[in-house]
Amino acid sequence: MALVTYVLRQGDRALILAQRLLEEITHAPEIEEDMALSNLALDLLGQARALYTHAGELQGPDSDGNARTEDHYAYWREQEEFLNPLLVEQPNEDFAHVIARQFLHDAAALPYWQAMTASTDDTLAALAGKAVKETAYHLRHGRSWVVRLGDGTDESHRRMQAAIDHLWRYTGELFEQDDVEAELVASGVAADPEAVRTEWQRIVDAALDEAKLTVPDDVVMQTGGRHGRHTEQFSYLIGEMQVLARAHPGASW
Amino acid sequence: MVITLDDLDQTVRDIDDPELPHVTIGDLGIVRSVEIDHERNVATVVLTPTYTGCPATEQIRDDVAAAVVEAGFEADVRFAMSPAWTTDWITERGRERLLAAGIAPPPPVGEPGVTFVDPPVACPRCGSRRTRLVSQFGGTACKAGYICSACSEPFELFKAL
Repeated sequence: MALVTYVLRQGDRALILAQRLLEEITHAPEIEEDMALSNLALDLLGQARALYTHAGELQGPDSDGNARTEDHYAYWREQEEFLNPLLVEQPNEDFAHVIARQFLHDAAALPYWQAMTASTDDTLAALAGKAVKETAYHLRHGRSWVVRLGDGTDESHRRMQAAIDHLWRYTGELFEQDDVEAELVASGVAADPEAVRTEWQRIVDAALDEAKLTVPDDVVMQTGGRHGRHTEQFSYLIGEMQVLARAHPGASW
Repeated sequence: MVITLDDLDQTVRDIDDPELPHVTIGDLGIVRSVEIDHERNVATVVLTPTYTGCPATEQIRDDVAAAVVEAGFEADVRFAMSPAWTTDWITERGRERLLAAGIAPPPPVGEPGVTFVDPPVACPRCGSRRTRLVSQFGGTACKAGYICSACSEPFELFKAL
């Protein structure tokens, strides 16, 4: 069902980015930044939970009659069932990579959620109303770091530029439109990726300009995550994310 | 004693927020509606979550359910995401209580967007507006860290959302 796939893509995007951010906690350059990254992760986790709950209601129970819960989607799916874009699974590397990944993501997430407030799917529209406020605040944080590092010392500039250059190849996938999406855009459920891309480009160009960073040349865009084809590092990420739930099925604490 | 709708409504609104113990959930403006179905002896409470990932949400749900059961009804606690909660719904009393607890109450909400203009925030201790943002994020999702240049005390701001 197209809508389930669509909702899971969004939920996985939020969950996997949250998981990457959580890995960075205690590694940030200052304690305020540890708090910032954990707050970003918490908001993304909240969005993922709402999206998984919605997917579970749309999809109904599994073949054994068990309801599909948030935990089902997070802990009991296999790697190829996760449908997040490749950008959000990219490893943390250095702080510039963490910030670049977040900024490139949030610059797309903000216009995305703004458009989704008009979705004909009431649940998605309601979530968008909340997510748009949270994402605007996230973007403000990431953008200020991009400018601070890009227009900072030679070393911070070099690292920020390297991170943008490296992650650029994963940005095209954020705006891909396949049959799943085209059908939902036509019916007013989904945001039009082209309109989101236009706004993303505007936000990114303005920030990179202010940061004295160079917008990378056109590169071949990497793709596949939204169809379940992931990078090698992803298997380590979900291995760590799922190990506890799988070692102790049904445990609660 | 017969519990009226007004009684139950007040009971629910008087529940403390688990992370802001001087402030009730009524003060925060997250109680949308309280209804009693006397035939089924069920009370339905509709709440608005603050942040989508706020860990206090589940504690609030449990606290409300416990209060409804205590009042003699079966509890049906629901969350409505739309319309989205805004800090503009915090009551005047809630703002006073935040201030008394050393937390600067939120400024009025502007239109969400990329550009933010921060209005000056008054220090909850000395009242000076010579304050500056030190951390966009605080110990909970709803707060940011500030420092007062006049009295040198750090304090938290309840962020406008």
